[in-house]
Amino acid sequence: MLQTASNRSSRKSSPIVAAPWRDRAEALGLYRKLLLVRRAEEKIREEYGKDEMKTPVHLGIGQEAIPVGVCHVLPPASKTFGTYRNHALYLAVTQDTDRFFGELYGKVTGAGKGKAGSMHLAAPEHGLLATSAVVASTIPLAVGAALAAQYRGAQDVVASFFGDGAVEEGVFWESLNFACLRRLRILLVCEDNGLAIHAPASQRQGFRSIPEAVQGFQCHVASGDGSDLLEVMALTRHVIARMAEDPKPGVLHLTYCRFLEHVGPREDFDAGYRPRPNDAALAQRDPVGRFESALAGLGWTSQELAEVRRSVDEQIARSVQAAREAPFAPPAELLTDVFSETPGGA
Amino acid sequence: MKRTLSFGRALNLALEHALERDPNVFVFGLDVPDHKRIYGSTTGLVERFGAERCFGTPLSEEAMTGVAVGAALSGLRPVHVHIRTDFLLLAMNQVANMMSNLRYMSGGRVQVPLVIRAVIGRGWGQSAQHSKSLHGVFAHFPGLKVVLPSSPQDAYSLLRASIQDDNPVVFLEHRWLYDVEGEVDDAHEAPLGSCHVRRRGTSLTVLCTSWMNVEAMKAAEVLATRGVELEVVDIRTVAPLDEATIIESVRKTGYCLVADYDWAFCGFSAELAALVSHRCHGVLTQPVERLGFAHVPCPTTRPLENLFYPSALTIIRTVERMLGLPEADLNGESFYSHEQRFKGPF
Repeated sequence: MLQTASNRSSRKSSPIVAAPWRDRAEALGLYRKLLLVRRAEEKIREEYGKDEMKTPVHLGIGQEAIPVGVCHVLPPASKTFGTYRNHALYLAVTQDTDRFFGELYGKVTGAGKGKAGSMHLAAPEHGLLATSAVVASTIPLAVGAALAAQYRGAQDVVASFFGDGAVEEGVFWESLNFACLRRLRILLVCEDNGLAIHAPASQRQGFRSIPEAVQGFQCHVASGDGSDLLEVMALTRHVIARMAEDPKPGVLHLTYCRFLEHVGPREDFDAGYRPRPNDAALAQRDPVGRFESALAGLGWTSQELAEVRRSVDEQIARSVQAAREAPFAPPAELLTDVFSETPGGA
Repeated sequence: MKRTLSFGRALNLALEHALERDPNVFVFGLDVPDHKRIYGSTTGLVERFGAERCFGTPLSEEAMTGVAVGAALSGLRPVHVHIRTDFLLLAMNQVANMMSNLRYMSGGRVQVPLVIRAVIGRGWGQSAQHSKSLHGVFAHFPGLKVVLPSSPQDAYSLLRASIQDDNPVVFLEHRWLYDVEGEVDDAHEAPLGSCHVRRRGTSLTVLCTSWMNVEAMKAAEVLATRGVELEVVDIRTVAPLDEATIIESVRKTGYCLVADYDWAFCGFSAELAALVSHRCHGVLTQPVERLGFAHVPCPTTRPLENLFYPSALTIIRTVERMLGLPEADLNGESFYSHEQRFKGPF
């Protein structure tokens, strides 16, 4: 289902263009990214019990299509910011499993030399500038990056990923207000799984819906199914096109199902705070399964898909092996990287 | 070029020169471009450099601090201004969870070159929510530099150095210092992490922050008439701290009084007392003494406010006790009174 709205314009949204990619190579790349996230998360689930990855993991099984789809539409190395549930975002923008697993294993080969852990992954060389374990804290940073683009006269779009709980933080509204005031090119992507840890939206939110709540701001709003990679890409293209026509922030509200517990490797549908959806509903909420069906419908064979899976699994196995064998940071690393020692400017 | 300037005008000149020399520098914050211009310290900037580089903001301290962080991560050099440091408490998430941590958590791959300017201290009946200093609070967080200039020359040189620094710097300006005049040489450099010995003396070392330097210089003048020569050390950067100058001074005098412009309990003065007690243990003739605010919220009414703050008078009485001198008759001595110069409202 597609819903779009803008308080500035009453015209109907344009129909979503059917061809989501240029050629088979692009489709293959997209599937590979989606599967890389899924298989990496499944690998973590497999290995986590060994207690070698000593970092809290907030797994994104069910979430994959949102960062993969949005970041696929954005130009490469666009600036992005995320949350502690950032594995999908990190892998979507980098496709790098070496530094990813290096960091989860706490090794010096990790994205932050083991100083970041799962919750603070960053890849500045790929534009992923910061993620945060404190809800909503990177949203104003993304606004600042968008301000920097405007300051320099650049047309870059910055993407900020956050969950539905972030909308309850004051800084979300402060950031949205300033971004709209300054007509910044920022795409605010709400990854809405309906839960803040274990509390459903109905126990937290005094408004009808997130898209309705942001309607009063000068921005382009679209909402849709974040479990459907094609819809995520189509909506992202749609909102970015609107932002180009009429420079204002975009708010992209995408729903998904968190298949696992808030933090940790297990399913917790038996914990009592939410019912287990039936199999058909779960399948409908599985971005990987749905994209595979879509590809099959377009004539892809199961052999072709299996080949991608083999290649992804090989990459992950190599990275996990390398991470396990890599050294920890030497003691001197404790005290480095606090301050930049470069002489600066101005 | 040398000229006589007020502290406020020296800040203004430092901003003007930084904006002139580096197109990445911009200055923003509540009230920055209004007709009062942060006690004159942002005068002329919007006219000369335009609204892109000098602008006001919504009342959104956390988001605007996050915007500064995001802009700094993107290579700009923001200077974010607060007319009172108390308002920064609304932005502590960005200060203590974000800007101070990002470099470390990225394994040294990002830098956050920004300056937060905030006005501290006693004005004219400022009461409990417009009078804090908080330098000890900020310095407690690794990854922040904390600067407290106390002369027009340092206002200029340390603000230039702070803007040039590639790290987050909290720059705290005492309200009463704004009117102090002195010679400013714009070629003079004051590196962050250096104390300044404002007065040489052999009798006793007074370690001072911010306005306490003015009070200590007055106390030194009074005590000199009785043959007591205070050495007044201006701790102009709390972090990084120039331990060597402090230790050298106390090893010379054998006495140490810490006069800190903050509450004593759990404050920066305790840090200095611990440092001196440890490093100068054998040479101390008396235990280190500390002066700070009374441990209550700051009262408004002048008679209580006078008791709340340490002053030249309390420095003199403490020095007399430490040196075993009788209390001098100070009738007829004229001490600083802001009330004689200033009639409000802010």
